[in-house]
Parts: sequence; structure tokens; C-alpha cells
Amino acid sequence: MSMTITEKILAAHAGVASVAPGEIIDCRVDFVFANDITAPLAIREFEKMGVSGVFDPDRVAFVLDHYVPNKDIASAQQCKITREFVRAHGLPHFYDIGRAGIAHVLLAEEGFVGPGDVFVGADSHTCNHGALGAFATGVGSSDLAAAMAMGRLWLRVPETVRYEFLGRLRPWVTGKDLILAIIGKIGVDGARYGAMEFAGETLDDLTMDERFSITNMAVEAGAKNGIMEPDERTLAWVAPRLRRTFTVYRSDPDARFADMQTVDAGALDPVVAAPASPGNVVPVREAAGVKVDQCFIGTCTNGRIEDLRMAARVLAGRKVHRDTRLLVIPATPAIYRQALQEGLIQIFLDAGAAISTSTCGPCIGGHMGVLADGEVCVSTSSRNFVGRMGHRESQVYLANAGVAAASAVTGRLTHPSDVVGELVSV
Amino acid sequence: MIVRGAAHVVGHHVDTDVIIPARYLVTADAVELAKHAFEDLDPTLRQRIAPGDIIVAGENFGQGSSREHAPIAIKGLGVAAVVAISFARIFYRNAFNIGLPVLECADAHAEVLEGDVIEVDFTTGRVRNETRDEIYRGQPIPVFMQRLVDAGGLVGYVRAQLAKS
Repeated sequence: MSMTITEKILAAHAGVASVAPGEIIDCRVDFVFANDITAPLAIREFEKMGVSGVFDPDRVAFVLDHYVPNKDIASAQQCKITREFVRAHGLPHFYDIGRAGIAHVLLAEEGFVGPGDVFVGADSHTCNHGALGAFATGVGSSDLAAAMAMGRLWLRVPETVRYEFLGRLRPWVTGKDLILAIIGKIGVDGARYGAMEFAGETLDDLTMDERFSITNMAVEAGAKNGIMEPDERTLAWVAPRLRRTFTVYRSDPDARFADMQTVDAGALDPVVAAPASPGNVVPVREAAGVKVDQCFIGTCTNGRIEDLRMAARVLAGRKVHRDTRLLVIPATPAIYRQALQEGLIQIFLDAGAAISTSTCGPCIGGHMGVLADGEVCVSTSSRNFVGRMGHRESQVYLANAGVAAASAVTGRLTHPSDVVGELVSV
Repeated sequence: MIVRGAAHVVGHHVDTDVIIPARYLVTADAVELAKHAFEDLDPTLRQRIAPGDIIVAGENFGQGSSREHAPIAIKGLGVAAVVAISFARIFYRNAFNIGLPVLECADAHAEVLEGDVIEVDFTTGRVRNETRDEIYRGQPIPVFMQRLVDAGGLVGYVRAQLAKS
């Protein structure tokens, strides 16, 4: 039977010849992880399940990334639960501050996920890894505990919608703009329970960093997973990193899709998701001029080296506006190191940006850049719900790193071309 | 299973950030989390909710983060059930896993008003509005999810699976 890439991966992991949308399957998982917020709850449930240890210590990771370095006593207590569990069970893949980064970026970088995997994380942005041709999905803590105990998880096979990007991106348009444009079109539940399969000539030119930012936000359309078929660039990225063998799956030419949509990517100009929904998408030029109190470049969506390079291109030789604050948070220590070597950190410091160790902090209004009543932030993160980054009367515009950097320079929501001038290509 | 209680009506796309803001995710305790439930949606809502009440929501209830703290906070308030046009997928699984009954019903949201007394039958999917004497047809709990519930929730299901293997 012809199948999509998602269906093929799930069938292989359920040990059956084929699966169809709507079917409930019992599925083997290749790797599981939890973070400092979700792990304590997962550990509590795991300990009720009557097992002596995790299904395979080499296929479990814990990454402390949300409230680290611990912001208060309560968050320190939560991290302590995870640290003690890891020690008691002798788990090898544990990432604490200094070595930890934002989990989705870190775990791909460290080679824990590759093409053909079923990868499950107690964090909704786990769908990030679909850019590698993996089936990756977020679950809650209890489901993660079950997967940690059994190495298996029940799943409903999702219907797949295929999105084909056509054309070559204009300057300052990124993967972030592509996924926001889709969410703006189909809505925040437009792909609910489904698989989003991304394809098309536009992707050929995109770096892995930009591809990750597309699959990363599949959950913002309600999807179970976002996925791309691996190409040469994917394999070149994965091969030196991956700790396991992998299998490349592709959708059959006659695979059945619930829908097929095309996106005229070549016509797109940078966009923002205006408050307070990732589906509230408008071109930057339409929202330009809004006064901005803070800009934030970081997160699992856009805290990668390409994002920092783009921001540096805007900030080089310029200053952050005196009425605006700029936060830059490289997603992992490796990205931080690379940014340092490339001179990007120097550019950010000279511009007057605050640079932090890796943390999810500001994205969730947790710490390291919480917004006050009435403040506006241009953020490279993935969510702009009411109160997401602080006070319930604060507002967040989601954008790419070039837009966030340009807005930091002018103190108003700004198209990067208006700061730097037109680029031939980025 | 049948649940009866007073309804509190909320809108579409209620996300897990407004159900329980991340700034409070430094505990997994239901009572502590309930103290901040729905704070960024409507700061007065949690005071109006009495144990046994039912939340009636629009589309895509529970969108966003995977935090299981969201259904835990709602259950911590004593909410007996959530009836929505649709649920975000991670929230839906989490609700079952922590024992918060949820039901999909296309029509209830448009008809039920704040304070109406409704009765939700999870086996048939029927929602009866006692105040208005109306009936709305919802989706019975899917067979597989009912099996999970019968097994004693996810922990019971895992124990049974492990005993089999």
C-alpha cells in the first residue's frame, strides 16, 4: 500500500506492513526526553509504573533548559528531582547548565535523532526534529513516563497534509516566515491531530537551521508532527553527528494526502504574528511602526547560528535604540562558541545587547526578560499568547531574527531592509 | 459515566499558557497550580468555579504547550469535566492520563450560557442542558480511550502491558 513518509516510519516502528490514518498503533520509540518542567511529573508517574528502570538508558535524555540557571528555590527543587533520578538510575545522557542548551536544538546537534526515527519528548516543540525526516512529537509527562518505562507509546496515525513551497525566497525572508505564512492561512488548529509534510523547490536552498524553524512550529497549527523528506543537505548535516544508524523514508508518489497545498514562497515578504495568536499573521510592513520595548533573539525556533548571523548583519556597526532592550540567547553552548569565533558576540555586545547562557526563560515569561504591563516585544520565539512573555497586558510579535534585530535598532517594529538597505541575497 | 454541574463558558483556542502560566510551573502540586488556573484568561474565573462545575469551551481547547500541569490545574479547581467543540491533541491525551474527563461536542458551546446546569454522559456523548431543556449530541469516548480508562488510566495500562510482555 502506498504511504506517506510519516505513515512509513510509524508502520516500521509498529512492526506492521502498513498503517492508515485514524488507526491506533502501539509504536516502538527510538528516543525519549524530558525537560526540567516536565521531568519531575514524568518521574512521579514513572515511579508508579512498577518498573525498576528505563527501557534503555542509552535512549533517554534529560535536558534542564527552562528554569536554568535556577531562578528561585522552587525551580531549584524541581531540577533537584531530575538530577537525583538521573544519578539513581545511572543515566548517561543528562545535560545540566554549562553543557545544556535548549533541548530541541541540543539533542539534534548531539546526534540523538536522525532520519526515520520515532522521537518523543515531553515538550510540545519536539516536532522540531521532523526537518531530519524523523517522526517527532510532543507528549505530556505521563505519556513520556509510559514511553520511558516500555520503550513504546500508543499513537493515532495522523492524516497528512502536504505543503509545497514554490519559488526562491526574497532577501530577509526565512523559514520562520514560511511557517508563519502557513499558520496565518490555515489557523492555529488548521492541522490539528495531523501531520504537516513540507516539500518543494524552496526548501532545497534552505539551510538545516531554517528547515528546523519550519517543523518546530508545526504544533502552532495544532499538528502532531511536521516532517520533510531528507535530501543531500540533511544527510550531510546528520552523518557526522548521529550516534545510530538511520533509514531514509520518502512518501510514495501515489501516497494519499488529506490535502495538498502550494505556497508561493517567492512572493512572500517578511511577516509577523501579531498579538495574541501565532495565526494572526501580517506582513512586517503592515505592522511596522509599533513602538517596541524589548526584542528577543533566541529559543528552539530561532536561536541557531543562522539566526545569529542574520541578526549580526543588521546590528553590525549599529546600536540598540535607547528606549529598547535587546536580548540574545544562543540556543546551545556550541552555537554560543561558534558565534564567539565568528565575531557575532562582539557585534551584539558593541550594539548594546544583553547576551545570556542558553535558556528558554524569556519565551515562557519565566525569567531573563519578563515583560511589564503594556510592554511590547518582538520575539523570534513561537508563541505570543496572552501573558506568554510576562504581564497579561504585555504584547508579543513573532518574527524572524532580522526583523527582531532591525526593530531593536529603530525601537519600532521594522523591516530589516529599512535599516540595512536591500540585500541581493541572504 | 455521567457528570452533572454548573457550566462556565470560555472561548475558542484557550491555550495552556492562559490555563496555567509558565511562571507557576515550578510545582506539580494540583492545589498550588489551581490557585493560578485561568489567571491570564480571566482573573476572576477560578473564584467563580465551584467543585463539580463543568467548563464549556469552543474550538481547540488546550492549544500550545505540552504541560500536563494544565489539566492538573483544572482538576485541582474541582472541575468535573470539560466539554469543547474540539481539543488540542496533547491536552486531550494529558486530560485522560490525569483523570480529567473531556468530551467533544459541536453544539454545546453555542447554546450553553454561564451558569446553566448541564449533564454530560461520557458513554453516549449526550449533553443535556437542564436549565434550557436542550440536548446536544457529542462524541462518546473513543473505544481505545475507554479501554485506557477501564485499565485504571495510563499507569494501569502500562502495568498490564508490561505484565503481558
